[in-house]
Amino acid sequence: MELPIYLDNNATTPLDPRVLEAMLPYFTSKFGNAASRNHAFGWVAEEGVDYAREQAAKLIGCTEKEIIFTSGATEADNLGIKGVFEMYSDKGNHIITATTEHKAVLDTCKHLEKLGAKVTYLKVKEDGLIDLQELEAAMTEQTILVTIMYGNNEIGVVQPVKEISAIAHKFGALFMTDATQAVGKIPVDVNADGIDLMAFSAHKMYGPKGVGVLYVRRKNPRVKVTAQIDGGGHERGMRSGTLNVPGIVGLGKACELCRLEMDEEAKRLSKLRDKLEASLSQMEESYVNGNVEHRLPHVANISFKYVEGEGLMMAMKDLAVSSGSACTSASLEPSYVLKSLGLSDDLAHSSIRFGLGRFTTEEEIDYAIENTKKAVNHLRDLSPLWEMFKEGIDLSKIEWAEH
Amino acid sequence: MWRKNKMAYSEKVMEHYTNPRNVGTLNKDSKSVGTGLVGAPECGDVMRLQIEVDENNVITDAKFKTFGCGSAIASSSLATEWLKGKTVDEALTIDNMDIVEELALPPVKIHCSVLAEDAIKSAINDYRVKNGMEPIAMPKSHH
Repeated sequence: MELPIYLDNNATTPLDPRVLEAMLPYFTSKFGNAASRNHAFGWVAEEGVDYAREQAAKLIGCTEKEIIFTSGATEADNLGIKGVFEMYSDKGNHIITATTEHKAVLDTCKHLEKLGAKVTYLKVKEDGLIDLQELEAAMTEQTILVTIMYGNNEIGVVQPVKEISAIAHKFGALFMTDATQAVGKIPVDVNADGIDLMAFSAHKMYGPKGVGVLYVRRKNPRVKVTAQIDGGGHERGMRSGTLNVPGIVGLGKACELCRLEMDEEAKRLSKLRDKLEASLSQMEESYVNGNVEHRLPHVANISFKYVEGEGLMMAMKDLAVSSGSACTSASLEPSYVLKSLGLSDDLAHSSIRFGLGRFTTEEEIDYAIENTKKAVNHLRDLSPLWEMFKEGIDLSKIEWAEH
Repeated sequence: MWRKNKMAYSEKVMEHYTNPRNVGTLNKDSKSVGTGLVGAPECGDVMRLQIEVDENNVITDAKFKTFGCGSAIASSSLATEWLKGKTVDEALTIDNMDIVEELALPPVKIHCSVLAEDAIKSAINDYRVKNGMEPIAMPKSHH
């Protein structure tokens, strides 16, 4: 076992060696521009792109023509939301999203508010799921788009996408989902789920960075988005720019592997995740964040009360994880996602996200459990709050000098 | 936001964090002990710093416990180290920028040193009030 151990697979995943192998020729001998129609170099590159498009389409149950390659999920989110807002401005200007979305969605919506969009930010329940009745109540005739993420990047909860899309469609709106954390991890089928637009990225599923997809439905209904990058009219005019052929080939290979191995991988990872979570939540005053039934198989988000996340990560020195702590941010605001669940600031500061992945082993999880326990105990020994809690002092009754 | 494990911590911060000096608790009810409790759990850092003062106004012992990031723990550990052996008046001259310099804290971590200075002054005030002296004016928190 090599140290440090990578448990931050929601941030990015390592490239699968099989993906790298598929990509390599497209950096060297197969270097052509996929748009060069008049010679073999172009045809070879285009073949690679076509195969990748087919693999991406197979993974999410759509046709090849519905796959628009982008530079990643952030661009796909931007293209989907801004493109729909612009294309459907005659129909309305209302967009519905949720407070726990990724910044690529939230900040795009905020940008559109400046351009005349009305945006409803749905709150989530304590478990991180949106309230379907609240969604329905928020729908108006002006609603053109409902955009709710598939699986959350911090806590892993999976939204009831089918029910959400049904509500959107009932009111004549389109449904978009940022499925960056879900595609390749759990079955996602755009038809069964009623998805009209969907963003995802290669580097969250063992593919390369810098390449992603916007799925745009072509039938029932035919969805159109206004291009946000103009130029040579690539990707059916929706996203100009010479195709990143090696990246796209890598994305395709990654999709293929996920489609073939997802079931088994999800089972293995959820077993490991449950082991990690069960051991760590046995510790006194530790809390699992988010709904534990409807969630991705590879994420655990746990708050260890009375220790601060960043300090804790320093003590977990052989583990690469993330924290919802905000000790370094100027605003001192902890994770907005955890706060949206109604978590108190101190619990949000105390949270650690463990993201397991394809290359995580049981040995690593066993090590992570011991290492985390040791770190939590060590920091609790240093924590005045832990001492006060142990003495039975009610911390909420103390007048803290908030700074 | 989500911060990654590997922060740009200086060697001195790492050293204090790994081997914190003077962790512990003094008897807060003793007349010779001053206790300062500063910060707030909601803000992600709380420091408790205690001093024990002898009849010559010399700080003979100092202890801390801190809830916070590595820099907050290192700042309070360093503070206890500096306090021991100083007179109370000398302790009052410790400035947060001395801590910033010694630990090479980056700008985003300056608030940790401010908190440590607050903790020192707050502990001294507790001691002063217990022993019938006027509290000194607290510096205005910069954060």
